[in-house]
Amino acid sequence: MMLKFDIFLSALANGLLTGAVYALIALGLTLIYGVLHIINFAHGATLTLAMFAVFVAHQAFGLDPYIAVFILTPLFFVLGYALQRAVITPASHGDDGNILLVTLGVSIIIENALLAIFRSDTRSIDVPYGFSVMEIGPLFLSTPKVIAFVATLVVAALLWLLLARSDTGKAIRAVAKEKTGAALCGIDVAHIYAVTFGIGTACLAIAACLLMPTFLVNPRVGNAFVLVAFTIVVLGGMGSIGGALAGGLIIGVVESLSGLYFGESLGQIGIFLIFLVVLLFRPTGLFGAKA
Amino acid sequence: MKGGLFTSGYGPILIVVAALAVLPFGFSANTTLNFLGFVLIVTLAAQGWNLLAGYGGQFSFGHAAFFGMGAYGIALAQVRFGLNPWLALPLSIALGALTGTILGYLSFRARLRGSYFALVTLAFAEVFRILANASTFTGGAAGVLIPLRIEGANFQFADKRSFYWLALSFVAFVLLLTHWIARSRFGAYLVAVRENEDAARALGVDALAVKLKAITLSGGITAAAGCLYAQKFLYIDANLAFGPWISVEALLAPIIGGIGTVFGPLAGAVLLLGLGEVTKTFFTWLLGGAVPGIDLVVFGVLLIFCVAFAPRGVLGVLRRIMPAFRGGRA
Repeated sequence: MMLKFDIFLSALANGLLTGAVYALIALGLTLIYGVLHIINFAHGATLTLAMFAVFVAHQAFGLDPYIAVFILTPLFFVLGYALQRAVITPASHGDDGNILLVTLGVSIIIENALLAIFRSDTRSIDVPYGFSVMEIGPLFLSTPKVIAFVATLVVAALLWLLLARSDTGKAIRAVAKEKTGAALCGIDVAHIYAVTFGIGTACLAIAACLLMPTFLVNPRVGNAFVLVAFTIVVLGGMGSIGGALAGGLIIGVVESLSGLYFGESLGQIGIFLIFLVVLLFRPTGLFGAKA
Repeated sequence: MKGGLFTSGYGPILIVVAALAVLPFGFSANTTLNFLGFVLIVTLAAQGWNLLAGYGGQFSFGHAAFFGMGAYGIALAQVRFGLNPWLALPLSIALGALTGTILGYLSFRARLRGSYFALVTLAFAEVFRILANASTFTGGAAGVLIPLRIEGANFQFADKRSFYWLALSFVAFVLLLTHWIARSRFGAYLVAVRENEDAARALGVDALAVKLKAITLSGGITAAAGCLYAQKFLYIDANLAFGPWISVEALLAPIIGGIGTVFGPLAGAVLLLGLGEVTKTFFTWLLGGAVPGIDLVVFGVLLIFCVAFAPRGVLGVLRRIMPAFRGGRA
């Protein structure tokens, strides 16, 4: 019985650790949704792109993911900024359905360009600390996952500070609440949209650097994350940062525990069922933020 | 019927179908017939999507859910229950339609629109894919192999032209059905819901019923495409039947051809798959080996370009530059 409890406890802890990275991915998505009121369908593919960037940085330049994060994060911010301003806005003529289709197009392009370049092989990087573990109480936890957990909390706190304290953050919140009013106050709405999109994309670069020491990458890997991220965003309430954080941890635990009790392949089902049930019966999310 | 065959809009449909019907006499190579058969399957799946999204404005990202129901329905009916495929065909189409009704009821009743509806349909398709991949009843990851017994009574044809004409008759039927719906009261309600659901409701249109009817028809049509797919390749697995590829192609074809038009899905499927073949051949020639995914990169670019510059698709562009195409507009 004791042993069973230990297994349960370690599944719970592992779920929380994985959930933190899910939360980081969802954070970018929910921020973009909260401000631009669009669903970025290319979020998963962009994560895949970021993971391949980490892979290339490691293979070609010998950069450790934890160092690469300081180069890739600003790079992906610029990428997101440019993507929003140069592709998504001009192509979609301000129509929601169009935005969905354009981001779908972007995701098809990224995913298949990666497939054409890297083929469908699954790759990983080899870092010395990849398999190291930490002993915390009765638990043995993977060190990279603990680092990812702590880093996610730091990023979330920084993001909150940015939104609450900085002028850009105030502008972002103003645009999210009332874009016409914000524009009348002299805020450059198009710029703020692109900045938000850039921040959301930059979150993916951080997530990729935190994931790569323990995860594998192939051109389709983003798909696995994107619906998880959508589930978290829906669960936590569209546009809510705290909700994304809590939702991420919940989903991580649900996945880990249902994987433990129902097996690997049906573990995924749990997430989709939560997604459907929440969306169909409580579309405002568990925490009741405005939909 | 007021007006002649041409002013009523049925004329162009008959001409196009007749032209497609004589095509196998000119191109009799097996690879060409295989390709044309595949184009018709994608057309049929896209016609289902077009009815719901093009006319009804409900963008589904998960039409694989219906396609897979048709494909698994007809395959399992034969393998597990020993039914004749011709009998399994209407049952599988009904299964797809029923899936449409249930999925539609759940999401429309929850008032899901736009992005939310797209996500829900996508999630349903993924749930079906995972279930089909895990359950032993559906053959798990190994998929379902339909036993080879080539005879017409068994829905397997020695002559590839037979399959082509059969698929063409499905496409022709849906072309006529779509045109008829577009001119019917139901079609007008559907377009009204697309343009402004609240206004349509205020004018007394039962939006829920209209959307349910559309998604039921849409599910049935796309399931029929799944049935044809299963009978053409005699093998399916979860990724073929419920995978995202068919959801994407079912929506790309009408958008590229001309969303919400009778001929859009057909024109788009021909163009899309034709371009895909050309791209694959070109890059194989250029780099001396097949490049996976390169055709889809082109599709993605095409999708963005169409949304940006040709919101009415290729047919819309043709109509603008050639007045002769103005007729037969839906």
